[in-house]
Amino acid sequence: MSIKITDLSHIYDRNTPNETVAIDQINLTIESGQFVGLIGHTGSGKSTLIQHLNGLLKPSEGEIVVSGYNITEGLDQTHSKKRSQRKKEARARKKKLIEVRRRVGLVFQYPEYQLFEETVEKDVAFGPLNLGLSDADAIERVKEALSLVGMDYNDYKDRSPFDLSGGQKRRVAIAGVLAMKPEVLILDEPTAGLDPKGRDEILGQIKHLHEKEGMTVIIVSHSMEDMAKISERLIVMNRGRIVLDGHPKEVFKHIDRLEEIGLAVPQISYLARALVEKGFDIDPTILTVEEATQCLAQKLNRKTKSGELC
Amino acid sequence: MLRDITIGQYYASDSVIHRMDPRFKIVASMLYLVSLFLVDQIIAYLAVVLFIGSVIKLSRVPVGYVLKGLKPIFLLIVFAFVINIFLTPGQGSPVFEVGFIKIYAEGIERAFFMAIRLILLIIGTSMLTLTTSPIELTDGIEYLLNPFKKIGLPAHELAMMMTIALRFIPTLLEETDKIMKAQMARGADFESGNIMNRAKALIPLLVPLFISAFRRADELAMAMEARCYKGGEGRTRMKVLKYSVLDLWGVGIVTLYMAICVVM
Amino acid sequence: MIVTENLYFRYADEKDENCFALKNVNIKIKDGEFVVIIGHNGSGKSTLSKLLNGIYYPTQGKIFIDQLDTSDESLIWEIRKRAGMVFQNPDNQLVATIVEEDVAFGPENMGLSSAEIRLRVDEALDSVSMGDFKRKPPHHLSGGQKQRVAIAGILAMKPKCIIFDEPTAMLDPSGRKEVMETIRYLNAHDRMTVVHITHFMDEAVHADRILVMDEGEIVLEGTPKEVFSQVDTLKSIGLDVPQVTLLSYELKKIGFDLSGENLTVEELVEELCQLK
Repeated sequence: MSIKITDLSHIYDRNTPNETVAIDQINLTIESGQFVGLIGHTGSGKSTLIQHLNGLLKPSEGEIVVSGYNITEGLDQTHSKKRSQRKKEARARKKKLIEVRRRVGLVFQYPEYQLFEETVEKDVAFGPLNLGLSDADAIERVKEALSLVGMDYNDYKDRSPFDLSGGQKRRVAIAGVLAMKPEVLILDEPTAGLDPKGRDEILGQIKHLHEKEGMTVIIVSHSMEDMAKISERLIVMNRGRIVLDGHPKEVFKHIDRLEEIGLAVPQISYLARALVEKGFDIDPTILTVEEATQCLAQKLNRKTKSGELC
Repeated sequence: MLRDITIGQYYASDSVIHRMDPRFKIVASMLYLVSLFLVDQIIAYLAVVLFIGSVIKLSRVPVGYVLKGLKPIFLLIVFAFVINIFLTPGQGSPVFEVGFIKIYAEGIERAFFMAIRLILLIIGTSMLTLTTSPIELTDGIEYLLNPFKKIGLPAHELAMMMTIALRFIPTLLEETDKIMKAQMARGADFESGNIMNRAKALIPLLVPLFISAFRRADELAMAMEARCYKGGEGRTRMKVLKYSVLDLWGVGIVTLYMAICVVM
Repeated sequence: MIVTENLYFRYADEKDENCFALKNVNIKIKDGEFVVIIGHNGSGKSTLSKLLNGIYYPTQGKIFIDQLDTSDESLIWEIRKRAGMVFQNPDNQLVATIVEEDVAFGPENMGLSSAEIRLRVDEALDSVSMGDFKRKPPHHLSGGQKQRVAIAGILAMKPKCIIFDEPTAMLDPSGRKEVMETIRYLNAHDRMTVVHITHFMDEAVHADRILVMDEGEIVLEGTPKEVFSQVDTLKSIGLDVPQVTLLSYELKKIGFDLSGENLTVEELVEELCQLK
């Protein structure tokens, strides 16, 4: 499911003294099945960008095409004179938005705060029912979605979402979006506020979804370490523009550029750079502890257990 | 954006009106409201306009900004005008007559004065909120209500509630916006359908909002206790309200103004 | 400064008599010490912080803050004056609509004179470098700035000790950095006793001492080097170690002559250079 963004701009409070350009002429193509990390400090425009992909915000300029389907077209509120005409247009717009949201699922930050139903089952079914599915189909979707986040349908369906632990609540909320069977899944800081264990669980499940279901995944994150481990492509935003874009190894080479815009790189990248400066002949693009262990073992003439070369 | 809504629409400036004591300003505003119902002569209205006009001038709030406050209640003014013009019975022959609709001279006069009175009332009260920050306003109200503590009026608690409400309105507005978007991403529709459907569509918004408000209240209570809050008893204030020479002038002018209104 | 003796705690709504949120906790925190408590969600670290501030009372055992017993209700306000507390959510602990009014809230509750409050508010805001934001409404500030205002609100009460209950959990990296720098400054510059509760291991690197909690008990205790070198124990209770420590540990395991206790990039680089 490819996403093509052309000349996208978003300006808040246009033509007022508070006018702010949140997104400044972004061009971006995301191929089907990619696992993308989106990084930038608060206010860099990344939240505004992902809300466009889901039709929650209308672009000031530009367009977004998701697998050949233009999602930014026909969102404008028209002011037709005739009442019947207005109604017809409103219906068409609603249908359009439902179609957009079926294709692109968006999980907000702290999604557990949007749970509202009495039971887990009802809450997860909220999305599918809004899509116009029958009750039976919606239940099927609930079963699938819960199993995708590693929760057993029969154990949890009748429980109140408010009695679950923090990590479980979050998984139910994510299931609520997965139940709409989106082709693209966007998550805004899915690990915020979780402890290391909860974080690893959620990230593991997202990775699993990507591998097994072939879903295109976009994760907004502040954690360079997590993104180095998990993503195939990193997009760095600053002041509404894309400043770096590429494989994590490529992106984390630009330590100075990243620090300039207030971001850091994984600790291992700093280590690699320091070692290269000290005259070590090692690959400066290593990112993870595993890579570093092998690389150093090799350079210092000792074999790791697997015996692989760096 | 929602977070930019400011409640009480305070206009920051350092004018003499801004520097006056909030207690004086609250009392003066009340007297001003009374004066509006005392006068019924064109000449007297001129005195009122002159008074409120000088207040606006002294406050350095742009006139356009003050008048903008009338916009939301414009319909109300028109409504009051129409009602009065049609429904005031009069002696003598109607000025205008079509079918059962009769308009008398008294009606026109009364409608006219009613509209003027409403406009002056709104301008007067908005001068209070424009020149007094919400926090000063709450302080002023707390001090003014203090004498009523003896008869069991919880003056401090009322003021504290107002402060907390003012503090949390922007936070909750932002939260509403977030939850609404999250539910819309799950296909919720807040915009179309009849009244029943729309009311039902609000459940996914209101339930999380209430839960979050209660959680916030709980945490805030804990944080306040951790900062030694134990009610109004034994509490002091950083900013103690003090009357200045400015307020003395104010008292003089308001007394003179009230006297004129009573006489006329 | 802080002493707990055989502390047990069970929540009032807990039906199981033997289900304690805290079990046999014995800690001693000295004046001016910087102690970090780490543990995963539900390990009891937040519960402990609320006991230290007298928000909850011990089920069994005693807590002394500056020799004052927290279960003595008549001492509660004195204890809260001496041990201030900063909470996780910056939005839910600011009371007033203007920054300086909020910082004044604590001292006002203590019944100080207006001049004294003014002095303390200005001082407190300067120590967290928020002096320029005095007249701003809190909702116009970033998360890190709000949290610094919350810290100033506690500082204005002139406590001897501040307990930070996951103050960085809801912040972005730059906010976390601001808050951590402020906490370290207070400890180093003002000799403030700091108890910092977190699940970010990198925030524990500069502590004098780390306490690791799991299932309501203290399972590890020691200097950052001592604690982080216990990689296996930390991993088994679902906690992280900093990347360099993990690397040093892995390299040591396969036979490198390393201490396995490195906490910073510089330290590890130095040790590796000696191997070369």
